[in-house]
Amino acid sequence: MIDLSPAQDRTAPQSDLATAMLAVRDLHAYYGESHILHGMTFDVRPGEVVTLLGRNGAGKTTTMRTIMGIVKKRMGSIAFEGQELINLRSDLIARAGLAYCPEERGIFSSLNVTENLLLPPVIKPGGLSVAEIYDLFPRLKERASSQGTKLSGGEQQMLAIARILRTGARFLLLDEPTEGLAPVIVQHIGRIIRDLKQRGFTILLVEQNFHFAATVADRHYVVEHGHVIDQFENSQIAANKTKLEAYLGV
Amino acid sequence: MFELLGVAPQALFAQLIVGLSNGAFYALLSLGLAVIFGMLNVINFAHGAQYMMGAFVAWMLLTYAGLPFWAALVIVPIVVGAFGLLIEKLLLSRLYQLDHLYGLLLTFGLALIIEGVFRHQYGVSGLPYANPLPGYLPLGFMNLPYYRGFAILFSLIVCLATWYTIEKTKLGAYLRAATERPDLVQAMGINVPRMLSLTYAFGVALAGLAGVLAAPIYSVTPLMGSSLIIVVFAVVVIGGMGSILGSILTGFGLGLVEGLTKVFYPPASNTVVFVIMVIVLLLRPQGLFGTPK
Repeated sequence: MIDLSPAQDRTAPQSDLATAMLAVRDLHAYYGESHILHGMTFDVRPGEVVTLLGRNGAGKTTTMRTIMGIVKKRMGSIAFEGQELINLRSDLIARAGLAYCPEERGIFSSLNVTENLLLPPVIKPGGLSVAEIYDLFPRLKERASSQGTKLSGGEQQMLAIARILRTGARFLLLDEPTEGLAPVIVQHIGRIIRDLKQRGFTILLVEQNFHFAATVADRHYVVEHGHVIDQFENSQIAANKTKLEAYLGV
Repeated sequence: MFELLGVAPQALFAQLIVGLSNGAFYALLSLGLAVIFGMLNVINFAHGAQYMMGAFVAWMLLTYAGLPFWAALVIVPIVVGAFGLLIEKLLLSRLYQLDHLYGLLLTFGLALIIEGVFRHQYGVSGLPYANPLPGYLPLGFMNLPYYRGFAILFSLIVCLATWYTIEKTKLGAYLRAATERPDLVQAMGINVPRMLSLTYAFGVALAGLAGVLAAPIYSVTPLMGSSLIIVVFAVVVIGGMGSILGSILTGFGLGLVEGLTKVFYPPASNTVVFVIMVIVLLLRPQGLFGTPK
């Protein structure tokens, strides 16, 4: 299924398959009859923070859901550390070492904070301990026995990120972690993401806010109509501000 | 006081015990239905037939293999649960993407087939199953039959253990989370399809267990399930679809209410549960313990 012909491969990745931790090639996805992803192609190298930027409905969230196998109807190639994921069941994809924090946070209302935090099973060694997680997110310790959905939006976002750090997965997919949050919480999440990068996590981030993205990421892909239309190193962001604003319609 | 009510205490307590032991079956059966509905969103219409199978397997073990009640208590839930597992794997698992109605139709059809097979083989007259605990405990104000006492206690323990597992353990947290967002739980690395299979098997095993417990009290007949399951569905509606604790409390509670009605106004004893169902549906459509959708 890997097709790297120039017509399909609109933005040839700079790195080759061997150095990428996650290599997505010509990824197509469908919700029922609607064709949502039209040949997404991008790479994430070990230790990088890479963002997918784009407007609402561009296909960023669908890309994440497709990588995780939540969107079942998919074609193309998703190689993670050399292992092909495209035909794997969702739980086996997670066990390959990817952890997903969804846009809507996915905090379970019938579970309290501790149960939510401990829910994702540990899949390999090397995850953060509960004590380390409480150091990063002290609020969660105070709210340990609250019902998950009684938390504020910011606390729910913290919990959604916190619970995927325990599992030993070294590749995190964070879908719009700053959406709808107060500036001070957005800054906190920015610090968390930089801290996680320091700790060696590799992160694929979906963002609409490129000002925030520029504070945490190494590289950016611009997504429109279900495929990558452009890419930038973070250092090039300032030089390409007008272009980016046009892409994102801000 | 009893004279004031015009009822002999012996009769009152005897009916209370009968009511409670009926309630024990309502609770076990509606609990299985609640567990299955909560996780799989399937209204398991085959539940009555699976309960009947439980009683029949116990009877077969005794008749053909000479295995006593106590062995059946362990073996039957496993056998009936395995049968449930087979149904889930082969049939039910293909319907999850569709409307509730398809699961209901499938399980209703299965109930008819299972009952038909047993009717064909054993006819409709009841088969006797000897009481493994004959005799009673004289308490003065009443005589407590050992077996009914055992059935009530055993059912209560099984119900509470199930409730504890679902509400207080890690496994239960997976189940509760998967009830809310199966896609997300699976994307955390949990094999949700297998969890669904085992949950259905467990719910069916509970029905089988209720069947074994029922064998010495009610006669073993192919129709014993369909006559009971209608009341059990009313219990589920009153308790609130999918509520674990609700199904247990409502099961025992309605058994008691039925027993009391038998003492004070016998003609209404068969309809009282349905009258309560109508009232609950009017005043609290989500059921006593259900949460509004």
